[in-house]
Amino acid sequence: MVTRKSRAEIERMRRAGRIVAEVLALIESELKPGVTTGHLDRLAERHIRAAGAVPSFKGYGDRQNPFPGSLCISIDDEVVHGIPGARVIREGQVVGVDAGAILDGWHGDAARTFIVGESRPEIADLVQATRLAMLAGIAAARPGNRVGDISAAVEDVARPHGFGVVRQFVGHGIGTEMHQDPQVPNYRTGSRGMELQPGICLAIEPMFTLGGGEVEVRPDGWTVVTRDGSIAAHFEHTIAVTEDGPEILTTV
Amino acid sequence: MAKRDAIEVEGTVVESLPNTMFAVELENGHRVLAHISGKLRMNFIRILPGDRVRVELSPYDLTRGRITYRLK
Repeated sequence: MVTRKSRAEIERMRRAGRIVAEVLALIESELKPGVTTGHLDRLAERHIRAAGAVPSFKGYGDRQNPFPGSLCISIDDEVVHGIPGARVIREGQVVGVDAGAILDGWHGDAARTFIVGESRPEIADLVQATRLAMLAGIAAARPGNRVGDISAAVEDVARPHGFGVVRQFVGHGIGTEMHQDPQVPNYRTGSRGMELQPGICLAIEPMFTLGGGEVEVRPDGWTVVTRDGSIAAHFEHTIAVTEDGPEILTTV
Repeated sequence: MAKRDAIEVEGTVVESLPNTMFAVELENGHRVLAHISGKLRMNFIRILPGDRVRVELSPYDLTRGRITYRLK
């Protein structure tokens, strides 16, 4: 069931979103060769809690194997849900950082992919295209359009480049829980999807790769990697559909 | 954090249980407890043991599913 959020509720999500955006900006400034993913995770958690919010990823998921971090840090062939730990960031790596926070019961969820230092031009293309795909998807999120229009807009950015589109993970509704209906695939599914109305809040998150879109989950039960080992990029924003169009909530 | 898409698999109905629930054996050998989707109910489509069906599994509990299609 898809809920429509009131203006006041969207304002609460805007506040949670701002904290997430601040965390990503903080990580951007701290990300350099030599730092550990665990260090970045601790910085993020500290910032989230200092702002009066709670990290939404920590403890999330399967009761037997809850996610242990406040950030997902996914490097190179890792697509999403990488677990922060002792891993050291190195020059040339493609680092996807996903952050989530709950403020006052309302969620914010956003992600960015960073290239550490210099890398190959095709990697810069991949990262830029993934970000543009997210923006294209967001632009399609207006009242009267359907979820399938978002999916189509995202997929159409990958197509001319020939990038792989991850199909097994999807964007999602968001509000008082991190994952709500509807699912927002990053490719055309053949179904037009539900109609978007003002108040619907979504997390739009394309995941593209330099190879195929097939992925699998590592034995840790969380880290999603490309089957063919190709580099992957991921961007995400939480948005609200308003009468005047989409509004990005995960911004400062 | 990205959400896992619901997984669609095929299987054969092994048993029909009370409350229109079915035990379905999947291609990989797993048995799941599945219920009939509203669309099948609405169109009065009957499911009997022996039918091959498409099942949508929740990523959160891979032992439960929803029968979404009866294959010919």
